[in-house]
Amino acid sequence: MSGDHILSVDHLTMRFGGVVAVNDLSFEAERRKITALIGPNGAGKTTVFNCITGFYKPTSGAMRLTHDDGRNIQLERLNDFRISKQAKVARTFQNIRLFPGMTALENLMVAQHNTLMRASGLTFLGLIGAPSWRVAEKRAIDQATRWLERIGLLARADDAAGNLPYGDQRRLEIARAMCTEPALLCLDEPAAGLNTRESAALSELLLSIRAEGTSILLIEHDMSVVMEISDHIVVMDYGVRIAEGAPQDIRDDPKVIAAYLGADEQEAIAVMESGT
Amino acid sequence: MTAPAPGPVQASRLPGVAFIFKKALISALVALVLFSLMIGIRTEAGPTGQLIYWTRFGDLAAMVATVFGGSIVVELLRQWWGPVGTVRIVPPSVQSTLAVARRAIAPILLIFTFLVPVIFYDQRYILDLGILVLTYVMLGWGLNVVVGLAGLLDLGYVAFYAVGAYSYALLSTNFGLSFWVCLPLAGILAAFWGVLLGFPVLRLRGDYLAIVTLAFGEIIRLVIINWQSLTGGPNGVSGIPRPSFFGIPLTPGDDGLAAKLGIEFSTTHRIVFLFYLILALALLTNWVTIRLRRLPIGRAWEALREDEVACRALGINTTTTKLTAFATGAMFGGFAGAFFATRQGFISPESFTFQESALVLAIVVLGGMGSQLGVALAALTMIGGFELFRGFDQYRMLVFGLAMVLLMIWRPRGLIGHRAPTVFLRHSQAISSELAREGRG
Repeated sequence: MSGDHILSVDHLTMRFGGVVAVNDLSFEAERRKITALIGPNGAGKTTVFNCITGFYKPTSGAMRLTHDDGRNIQLERLNDFRISKQAKVARTFQNIRLFPGMTALENLMVAQHNTLMRASGLTFLGLIGAPSWRVAEKRAIDQATRWLERIGLLARADDAAGNLPYGDQRRLEIARAMCTEPALLCLDEPAAGLNTRESAALSELLLSIRAEGTSILLIEHDMSVVMEISDHIVVMDYGVRIAEGAPQDIRDDPKVIAAYLGADEQEAIAVMESGT
Repeated sequence: MTAPAPGPVQASRLPGVAFIFKKALISALVALVLFSLMIGIRTEAGPTGQLIYWTRFGDLAAMVATVFGGSIVVELLRQWWGPVGTVRIVPPSVQSTLAVARRAIAPILLIFTFLVPVIFYDQRYILDLGILVLTYVMLGWGLNVVVGLAGLLDLGYVAFYAVGAYSYALLSTNFGLSFWVCLPLAGILAAFWGVLLGFPVLRLRGDYLAIVTLAFGEIIRLVIINWQSLTGGPNGVSGIPRPSFFGIPLTPGDDGLAAKLGIEFSTTHRIVFLFYLILALALLTNWVTIRLRRLPIGRAWEALREDEVACRALGINTTTTKLTAFATGAMFGGFAGAFFATRQGFISPESFTFQESALVLAIVVLGGMGSQLGVALAALTMIGGFELFRGFDQYRMLVFGLAMVLLMIWRPRGLIGHRAPTVFLRHSQAISSELAREGRG
């Protein structure tokens, strides 16, 4: 079990009163790979995400993040902003959460808050306009510009994020998460509401992010995206893991099909056999 | 008074006579219900305390008829005019001129402000009014950090104003510290109280935050009233030293500034000095705020206003971000308070009522949340306008209120309805505040 995993989720359980949203879930995400978390609506995928990114405190279980240098961080012991700041886990949201009244560039600058805060000497050096601050600010703008160029939004850098088309907002949110320089990027349904062309561009973007060494954990409903880019897939239903494996294996797994079709296992096997 | 809601008017088909008539009838009915008790019946206490009342149905009928007629006229005007839009009222050529004027307004206003003591040297009233307006400009700019940038609705801002004023008053009368020593101390103390208020309200949002800050403002006032041994209670603190020109007193004596400069002493010198002092303090507030907006902390404040959850996901410590916003806003309130104390020479709890908080908040909201120029214009409109309406006697509040209502209908997002980006690649383009969120605490 101690392969090169960036994240290992161990017996994670999350209860809301009497409802068990996630029940004793364990899985691993490999380093520099794309791991997809799929399952029908209400399976508990977003709850897992919220636990990993510190928005929920899990009822029980452990989540260990292992950095490149071998440093281990127990995510369940950190709360909200420290997950991003110290553990270097960034996330996007199912319903886009950009800063709509700020420009695309500003959105990416806010993401570099912690780096810039240090460079500005906790504001005081920045207030007097110290040269070191100017250099750091320039570097941050360059970094933001690079990302804007990469997601094809350079021409709209000075437009309000709320004015951008939906697909651009999705990509901008990913770029914003990447500007925090994360080790693990968690994407909650990044392809939701995108057309075929935009989904293809998204797949390309995610593959290029992986190639640069960032591990990705992905929740997605769009199976074409999931099957195309994932290295490993974890399938959830009713808060438990029902299957795990490479995309080809998942595609043919009767349990997975049963979960998606809402039928029981025997029926699904029957359906599959009659189909082939 | 028109009908409550002007229903959706289709551009293609104009509503007929029946529609106009129906609308006018509804307006008249609303007017009848409203005014039947307010105007129709007049009550008064008799000499022995009994109730005397008489009816004024004639006046009531006239009122309702006016509303009925007015409603028809308004509706006809609306049909004749068509849908109201800026382009229709103001031709494009005038609009482009206005855009140029808009850019020039800030420098012109600043130069004019610098020249006010020169132009109006003999008019004590104008100078005093100018000082008052500038005090509110400074308070508005201070509160703008909390409400406009960080989006934290603070209804108890006057508390920090009071802390600043009492800090200076007590430190100078008890320990003989000079104004220039006390000014930073007042700011630091107010910032300290800002953080103290910030801690318990970190988890609160929107309306709940407003209620707690409102209570905080009242608590400070009540403490000042009741802690008689320290603050003198309702009697206030008197004999607060006047500010000196960096150590040289502005007095008629031989060691006074006038004697040193070899000019004749005049009480106006002190007023002019106070004017430039508050102008400098206000400009300092403005400069610091503009600088802060372009620093990570300022961007984090605005991001917090836009979306707190997203901030946390980006690794921004929302606790310290909120506390620094409270502290920074409070510090400027403290500076303004110290200035207030030295200008008045006497302070009492009566100067720090909720009304002051409401007035400063109104200035920020009216100015357009987050806009520095907007706040300055709003302070000028609110304080200056209030003085302008002095001629209306008892109708002053009524006229003033009506003007405010009209202004908010005309510009629902405040006088300056857009925010300028803090950083840009090619060109800075204003963002309509329709997009910017107001913040939920």
